[in-house]
Amino acid sequence: MKYEMVAGLETHVELSTNTKIFCSCTTEFGGAPNTHCCPICIGLPGTLPKLNKEVVRYAIRAGLATNCEISRVSKMDRKNYCYPDLPKAYQISQYDMPLCKNGYIELSNGRRIRLNRIHIEEDAGKLVHQKGDTYVDYNRGGVPLIEIVTEPDIRTPDEAKEYVEKLQLIMRYIGVSDCKMQEGSMRCDVNISVRPQGSDILGTRTEIKNMNSLTFMTRAMDYEFERQVDLIESGGKVIQETLRYDDATNTTSSMRGKEDANDYRYFRDPDLVTINVTDNEVEELEKTIPELPDEKLERYVDELGLPETDALLLVKYRKVAEYFETAIEGTANPKTTANFIIGQIFRTIDSEAEKEKFNIPVSAENLRELVKLLDDKKIKMNLAKSTLEKMLETGKSVKELISDNDMGGLDENTTRKLCEEAVNANPKAISDYKNGKEKAIKSVVGYVMKNSRGKADAVLAENIIKEIIAD
Amino acid sequence: MAEVKSKIKAINEMLKNKEITCTELTKKYLDEIDSTNKNLNAYVNVTEETALDGAKKVDDKIAKGEKISLLAGVPMTLKDNISTDGIETTCCSKILRGYKPIYNATVWNILREQNAVLLGKTNMDEFAMGSSCETSVFGGAKNPHNINHVAGGSSGGVASAVGGNIAVYGLGSDTGGSIRQPASFCGIVGLKPTYGSVSRFGLIAYASSFDQIGPITTTVEDTAIVYDAISKYDPMDSTSQGSKGNVCDNLRNDIKGLKIGIAREYLEGIRDDVKEAVLNACKVYESLGAEIVYFDLPGLKYALPVYYILACAEASSNLGRYDGIRYGYKTPSYKDVNDMVCKTRSEGFGSEVKRRIMLGTYVLSAGYYDAYYKKAQNLRGTIVKDFKNTFEKVDVILAPTVPMTAFEVGKAVSDPIETYLTDICTVPINIAGLPAVSVPCGFNSKGMPIGMQLIGNTFAESTILNVAWQYENATHSDVFKSAEMGVKL
Repeated sequence: MKYEMVAGLETHVELSTNTKIFCSCTTEFGGAPNTHCCPICIGLPGTLPKLNKEVVRYAIRAGLATNCEISRVSKMDRKNYCYPDLPKAYQISQYDMPLCKNGYIELSNGRRIRLNRIHIEEDAGKLVHQKGDTYVDYNRGGVPLIEIVTEPDIRTPDEAKEYVEKLQLIMRYIGVSDCKMQEGSMRCDVNISVRPQGSDILGTRTEIKNMNSLTFMTRAMDYEFERQVDLIESGGKVIQETLRYDDATNTTSSMRGKEDANDYRYFRDPDLVTINVTDNEVEELEKTIPELPDEKLERYVDELGLPETDALLLVKYRKVAEYFETAIEGTANPKTTANFIIGQIFRTIDSEAEKEKFNIPVSAENLRELVKLLDDKKIKMNLAKSTLEKMLETGKSVKELISDNDMGGLDENTTRKLCEEAVNANPKAISDYKNGKEKAIKSVVGYVMKNSRGKADAVLAENIIKEIIAD
Repeated sequence: MAEVKSKIKAINEMLKNKEITCTELTKKYLDEIDSTNKNLNAYVNVTEETALDGAKKVDDKIAKGEKISLLAGVPMTLKDNISTDGIETTCCSKILRGYKPIYNATVWNILREQNAVLLGKTNMDEFAMGSSCETSVFGGAKNPHNINHVAGGSSGGVASAVGGNIAVYGLGSDTGGSIRQPASFCGIVGLKPTYGSVSRFGLIAYASSFDQIGPITTTVEDTAIVYDAISKYDPMDSTSQGSKGNVCDNLRNDIKGLKIGIAREYLEGIRDDVKEAVLNACKVYESLGAEIVYFDLPGLKYALPVYYILACAEASSNLGRYDGIRYGYKTPSYKDVNDMVCKTRSEGFGSEVKRRIMLGTYVLSAGYYDAYYKKAQNLRGTIVKDFKNTFEKVDVILAPTVPMTAFEVGKAVSDPIETYLTDICTVPINIAGLPAVSVPCGFNSKGMPIGMQLIGNTFAESTILNVAWQYENATHSDVFKSAEMGVKL
């Protein structure tokens, strides 16, 4: 019997607003324990929450960027449970009237992962375990979160991975979160069940928590799928429970049993008023949504003629894409610029974080100038490449590095003269070449290029050299 | 008859005319507290230093010839569920003994800025849950008219202090009657403002959609003065709106032609002496030119269950935070964190609080939510509508405050349900979020005070206090008697 995996993801994304959701403490990561706190976010008796409107705006933008319906009326509810990292013994969240509903994210295989909802809520503090003791740090308490819940549309771990990557990219593009799984600004829980292939009845699902990388997430899904199938095939039944993934042993194990299942006793938070969103507000926020990664990708491939692999690399970071788009303005062939970025420029960048910031010495305008010179045939590719190298090193502009003298090609006579010089100056290379070593000629061509300061046409030079040798 | 004199205004004049310094005045009150509080048990924390510091500031201002506000230098008190920075705030519960807030309630900030003189924090039922002040971990506050009777609850300490003349005014809180009932029992004035007109920021929550802070005083004008000062919109409280106009300016308006409604249901189930006093008040109003209109308010019969279901539900959630981890009482021995939290709460909370937390948890739990909480919410809406409809026909509703006069010490705790029934007249007002002021309207044969409520439409504090003032000025010597103790101004 063949089984199919049925999975849905619940993703918590920390919003990068300046202040927390219900008070004006900073959301900055880190800081000495319990220093980014105030009476409100530690829930001192008598304090009241005050909704940060920016959080609502960020959440609406996240909804708009994922094709959701934006609720014009919504409210906050209390989710009651007891845990040391939750100072009020309830989390202010949204239960039955979320801010956004019915969105989707499309995968590259054409399948749509439907989003049931996106709602806003506050984060809890963090438990820190040290030498057998446990401490609580409430800095994270009150940081605004959006919770994004999919329908059980995911069928493979790879789909889950792609969904998460696409979600990350979209959230980064619209600037609502930096979505870093390792830093905890994005957390995924997977709900997973199995069923015989062809059936449309959902099996009992388990929830896997505590996966802080995509690799662990996909491994956990594979393991849990096998475990559930094995269980069913041997006559057992899957119990609805919460599991934690242990990356050391690559297994899942029970976190809480059925009997510990929480009744959250949701009810509307009486300290907060109804959240009303006007059509006008939604329209204004719609305007702030930039061209999203999928649209960009399509445009780069279809309209700009870039190969998909290149387009993917450029689209991956919003700042890189914007840089690219500025740099190609008025140039003849976007692929030229793309090559410069993906090749030389990316080589000078060490980390993905740097690519995200894309703070490089060469401005997009500067790169554009260089490419225009190429387009106008005022310089050749070799000179362009070496100039770009210098620009990256020194931060100097094109004008500072290339004088009028350097521009323009070499006429054939001058090239021929240089080739003759080169042949005379490189007897060993010539004899190597004559003896069958094809590549030896490149160093002779290189000699010509060097002495012409890149102005010679390399192909022409090579042909002339071969002519001279043949004589 | 001369107008009933506002104590706040009297003190203001005395200070401005330099008849007495604020420090001298404050010392008088502190001395009286020293001798009287052992009988009344009104204060749970006397803040002598804070009071004298505050008094000195006022004296300095007067010496420099600076203008002082009406409330400056007036010795007052705050119920012990109102947060005072650096001053212990316990809600009269073991679980908050030793807890000192690190911020001030908004109402206290407002009064501090006007140089109010805080004499101390006063007694209350634990977490404001109770109607006699006896669930307090410090024991109940006594009635200044007869210390064998309770001061009432939950703002029993404030009422006892004000009625006992050891505070000029105090701020209490009212969730189901906790300002009005003790005011009625002690023969003084207490106002529960419209829900949202006074900021709740800093009020340690019992039931968030019912709680309101309000003044307790010996005269209607004093209540109006304090209300005008504290009813400000507060951005820190999302449910706050402030007031809709100055009350003091309208106190002396003529009430000829005003329609005063009596709900027939309100006269059922109340003691004869109370009923008689209320009906006598009707006669007074008629003599002042008002029109008495009888009507029905059928929704009233659901008020008590609706209140207890919703208030306890909210309380069960609001009191979840008391677990000994961050502040307050923590059990001395435990084996793990769950054990610690369980023991802390079991040891730290009194039985009435536990009862209400359990009730609230139950009505919110899966399987019971629809039958209780949701139904109660719907009925709340019905009650709100009933009152709204009533105010199309009448301007003010007149009703008893409590079905009886102050009960004897020790009687209440033996029967919680019987005690809940004493809230029957006050609770509907909190359900509907309306303003209501309790004023004294007579005495029973044993000399215990009887109180009546003037209830208004939302944000109609001006109207009800105007109607209250007119009654007070027509009847004062008949219905008000200052207790034989405390400071005589």
